[in-house]
Amino acid sequence: MHIVDGALSNPVVIGGAVAAAGGIALGLRALPLDRIPAAGVLSASFFVTSLIHVPVGPSSVHLILNGLAGLILGWAAFPALFVGLLLQAVFFGFGGLTVLGVNTVNIALAAVIVGLLFRPLILRGGPVGAAIWGGIGGACATALTTLFVALSLMFSGDEFLAVAHLVFVAHLPIMVIEGLLTGFAVLLARKVKPDLFLSMKDVQA
Amino acid sequence: MTHILSNTSAALPGDGPRRGPGPIAALDPRVRILSAVAYGVFVVALDSLIALSAALALSLTLLALSRLPPGKTLKRVAMVDGFILFMLALLPFTVPGDPIFTLWGYPASWQGLARAIQIGLTANAVVLALITLVGTMEPVTLGHALYRLKAPETLVHLLMFTIRYVEVLRQEYLRLRAAMKVRGFRPGTNWHSYRSFGYLVGMMMVRAIERSERLLGAMKCRGFSGRIVLLQEFRCTRADALFALVLAGALALLLTLELTLR
Repeated sequence: MHIVDGALSNPVVIGGAVAAAGGIALGLRALPLDRIPAAGVLSASFFVTSLIHVPVGPSSVHLILNGLAGLILGWAAFPALFVGLLLQAVFFGFGGLTVLGVNTVNIALAAVIVGLLFRPLILRGGPVGAAIWGGIGGACATALTTLFVALSLMFSGDEFLAVAHLVFVAHLPIMVIEGLLTGFAVLLARKVKPDLFLSMKDVQA
Repeated sequence: MTHILSNTSAALPGDGPRRGPGPIAALDPRVRILSAVAYGVFVVALDSLIALSAALALSLTLLALSRLPPGKTLKRVAMVDGFILFMLALLPFTVPGDPIFTLWGYPASWQGLARAIQIGLTANAVVLALITLVGTMEPVTLGHALYRLKAPETLVHLLMFTIRYVEVLRQEYLRLRAAMKVRGFRPGTNWHSYRSFGYLVGMMMVRAIERSERLLGAMKCRGFSGRIVLLQEFRCTRADALFALVLAGALALLLTLELTLR
C-alpha cells in the first residue's frame, strides 16, 4: 500500500502534502488535551496490529485496520495514522519521505470517512448488528485506500494505469479479510467495552 | 516484515544496546531532519540516471558514516524493494517507446525500463538517507527535535505517547499470541483463524484504552494539566555547519551532473 519516492508526479505529491497537513490540523483540533494519552496508546496499538501477518492461502498479508482506527478515533485517526506512517518510514524505510503526505491521505482519509459514516451505526443496536456494520466499514476503508492509491498513481501518469488496476484487484481478498477482522474486533469491543467507540468524544474521569 | 514482531528485536530502536557514536550521531538532530528533508525533495526532482546513481552512492556514503550495520540495513531496504518490484516490472510494458523485446505479444520499451530504474534509484536513495540521518536517532529525540522545529505541540505529544507505548503493546501482543499458541491455535485460511485474529485485535484495542485510562489517572495524580514540558535543548555546532555545507556542495554536484550529462 505504501507508495515510494520518485513514482508520483509533483502536483500529486504537493497536493497530498497539503491535504495531509489540513487533515492533521483538523484531527488535532478534534483532540482535547486529556484525550492525547488515549489517542497515543491507540495509535501505538494500531502500529503493532498493522504488523500482524494473517495467512491467506499459501501467502500472508499484513493488516492496515484503518477502518477500525476511523471507527474508534474519528478525525483523530488522521494524526494518529500519520504518526504511525512517520515512524515506519523513518525507522523501517517503508514508504518514503516526500510521499508521506500522499500515503497519509490515502490511509487516513479512508479511515475518517468510514468513521464518520459507520460510527453512528455501530453505536446503535446490538453487538451483532454493530459487528456487521463494522465489517462493512473495515472492508470499505481498505477499498477506499486502494482506490486512493490507484488514483494517485493514475494522476501521476498513464503508464501507471495497468499498475493501478493490478493494485485494486490484488487487494480484493485483503478487503474481505480486513472486513472480517474489523467485524470481529467490533463484536468483541461492543460486548466487552462499548465505550471504546466513544473514547475520543466524552471526557471520562 | 515479521522481523519487527519477532521475540528478539525491539519494535523501535532505543531499547536495545546503544550504537557507537559515529560522525552522524554527533550532529544536531534538527540539522539531520532538515538535511534529510532537503535531500529527499532534491533527489525526487532529479531525472537523469547518472545523477540518481550518484545520489544513491551519496546515500551509501552516509550509511557508511552512520555506523548502522550495513548488511542488515541494506537487507531491510532490499525487502522494501520487493514490494515495489512488481510495479516496476510492469513499467517497461506500459510506457510507449522503442521496443527491447516482446513478451506474449507485449513490447517492452527502453523508455519504460529507464523510468523503472529511475524510480528504483530515487526510492532507494531517499529511504537510505532517511534511515541513516533520522532513523539512527533515539525515537524520543526525534520527538524533541520536531518540537524544536516548531511542529505542533499536540502532534509531538501524540508521537511521544506512541513511541513510548509501541514496545509495551508489542509485548502485550506477544503475550496474547503466546496464550493463543498454548491453547493450540495455529493460524490458517479459515473462519476460526480470522475470528481469533479479529478478537485479538479487538482485545488489543480494549486493553489499550483501559491502559490509557490508568495512564491518564496517574498523570492527573501528578498534576497533569494538559501540557508536557519538553526540556531537551539542542545546540548547532561547527560540525553541523560543516555537514550542511558539505551536503549543499554534494547537492550542487548532483545538479551539475543532472544538467550536463543527460
